[in-house]
Amino acid sequence: MDSRLRRQLFHDTLRIRLIEEEIAARYGEQEMRTPVHLSIGQEACAVGACAALRTSDYAFGSHRSHGHYLAKGGDLTAMLAELYGRATGCCRGKGGSMHLVDLKVGFLGATSIVASTIPIAAGSAFASKLRGEDRVTAVFLGEAATEEGVFHEAANFATLHKLPLVFFCENNLYSVYSGLEVRQPAHRPTWASAKGHGLRVLYGDGNDLEEAYELSLKSVDAARAGEGPVFLELATYRWREHCGHNYDNHIGYRTEAEYQAWRARCPIERAQQRLIADGLLGAAEVDEMRARIDAEVKAAFEAARNAPWPEPEEMATQVYAEGANAT
Amino acid sequence: MSRHLTYAQAILEATDLCLGADPNVYLMGLGVPDPKGIFGTTLGLREKYGARVLDMPTSENGMTGVALGSAVVGMRPILTHQRVDFALLSMEQLANEAAKWHYMFGGIMKAPMVVRSIIGRGWGNGPQHSQSLQAWFAHVPGLKVVMPATPHDAKGLLIASVEDDNPVIFLEHRWLHYISGPVPEGRYTEPLGVARVLREGRDVTIAALSYMSLEAHKAARMLAERDIDAEIVDVRSLRPFDAGAVARSVEKTGRLIVADTGWEFGGFSAEIVAQMAERCFGKLKAPPRRVALPDCPTPTSAALSKHYYPRAIHVARAAAEMLGRQDADSLFAEETGAPLDVPDKSFTGPF
Ligand SMILES: Cc1ncc(C[n+]2csc(CCOP(=O)(O)OP(=O)(O)O)c2C)c(N)n1
Ligand SMILES: [Mg+2]
Repeated sequence: MDSRLRRQLFHDTLRIRLIEEEIAARYGEQEMRTPVHLSIGQEACAVGACAALRTSDYAFGSHRSHGHYLAKGGDLTAMLAELYGRATGCCRGKGGSMHLVDLKVGFLGATSIVASTIPIAAGSAFASKLRGEDRVTAVFLGEAATEEGVFHEAANFATLHKLPLVFFCENNLYSVYSGLEVRQPAHRPTWASAKGHGLRVLYGDGNDLEEAYELSLKSVDAARAGEGPVFLELATYRWREHCGHNYDNHIGYRTEAEYQAWRARCPIERAQQRLIADGLLGAAEVDEMRARIDAEVKAAFEAARNAPWPEPEEMATQVYAEGANAT
Repeated sequence: MSRHLTYAQAILEATDLCLGADPNVYLMGLGVPDPKGIFGTTLGLREKYGARVLDMPTSENGMTGVALGSAVVGMRPILTHQRVDFALLSMEQLANEAAKWHYMFGGIMKAPMVVRSIIGRGWGNGPQHSQSLQAWFAHVPGLKVVMPATPHDAKGLLIASVEDDNPVIFLEHRWLHYISGPVPEGRYTEPLGVARVLREGRDVTIAALSYMSLEAHKAARMLAERDIDAEIVDVRSLRPFDAGAVARSVEKTGRLIVADTGWEFGGFSAEIVAQMAERCFGKLKAPPRRVALPDCPTPTSAALSKHYYPRAIHVARAAAEMLGRQDADSLFAEETGAPLDVPDKSFTGPF
């Protein structure tokens, strides 16, 4: 793998980590009055996927999509302003943390209903296919989304029509506080139900940045080549509570030991050690990188917090689109 | 001496009693046995009842059918949704199948099941986590729909819902879970289909749903200071709807305000106003008023949502205007200071 790319992937992953750490650090101030689902611990999945995508490719997210939005190139200040409920937010304050969008980079939207964007992503892939565009759609989902009917309906349709669609499934073992064992049969891996629908299936370590990238590239390339939809399952782990900024290993749904085991497999530390071992990165450079990102993040938070509030009249605007396309 | 419980504790106690009394009752929903226990309403039940208290796959549509199928053969499931927005995935099974199972097979089978759903509010829950969709369910013949406003009624109505031989949609407002009030010990029921007069008054009837009963109470206190005597009828049950109770009040006061947590357009408030117009037209001294949600989705930003939800002052202003007071807006001024996107200061999100 190209060493510039390896450094870039590392940088992008670290950047998402530092952004979300800052959200976590400031959430207690109660100025971001919107439920946040942090992806800390899972960032490599988003970065690997988006590095394999082009800016012109489409992507859809879920409730936990800060990382997907940022990795796709979404505007940082617009995201933070959205979390702060400001007029300059990516949804003008109407959406919040679970509703991110940046059309400039093909991030067509994240929404908060589990699995709900999966068929929508199949729809944009269908449009690309009908129009003969060279464009892949990516949809980010948690493993619990594969339990919803629409996942299966969309998977079936996508295979039927060989759509240029990649399902990026981050399996972090939990849906809120419910472990996989109460939701899916132990003898059948999550990816196997996608395989049953005839999708091409790949799976691997989502906490290994370079592996996540390589698998994503394979998936996106296959979808782009017209081979049909691909389901990529990446094993990973959410570090903090399902929703909010705290740690919750003490409340009883998972063990501190399990968390520590995953933490020891931090995607950022692993990538960093490898880059250093390969002589592609020095400790001083990492510090420099962090300092640059910190400055960017600080400025973005400042801009977001100083942005204007939406005017009260904004509440009832944009319920309907203006105009029509009469032919 | 009567004991006080929170609304959440009252639901827990009612569920516990139902599970204990009938081995056919079971409780299922995302996160039911988890450490948070559906905002405290299911805590400890898994430990006590084992397999009859269970988590489920994230498959609301399918699991509603599972609940129905088990009900058809004699079980009495309680299915929970942490947001009514997620219950939309249940809608096909509820509206097409559960609501009609008794009717379409000529009354030879029945579908005794309860679907609990929570109406979210505040802390930027936004367009997809805070809808108030009671009118959708109430529209469908064959479904019963209740929205208790007090801990006492939460317990009594939940037990009655489980006992009922029909599918019952049991809607809890998130902000009510914190409310505490007197709750009798032991098993008791509140009948489905009966409204409750929460406060007697001469001048204006406020028919309120769910959480809006509390806002109506605040409004009544504000109005009392201005010599306006409001009567509050807590609707409690949307289907069956106790039109008689509301009509008796309207015939007395001649004025009707409906305070609803849902949208005004096509909402349940429209049904109440229509029925009262049909029944008591001659007794009305002023056009009825609705205090309900404006015609747009829930905005997330606190700067917008503070203009979204009607509160006591809006109910009070409507009443004052109906009584011909010229200065309604200045009589009941906007509150200042306190954030409006949380039920009280102890609430720090994110839920
Ligand atoms: C249809 C629906 N049901 C339930 C929820 C509540 N909910 C929000 S996030 C979540 C967990 C989903 O788990 P997963 O898809 O694995 O994503 P993760 O949170 O682990 O990233 C649930 C159940 C929802 N938003 N939508
Ligand atoms: Mg998960």
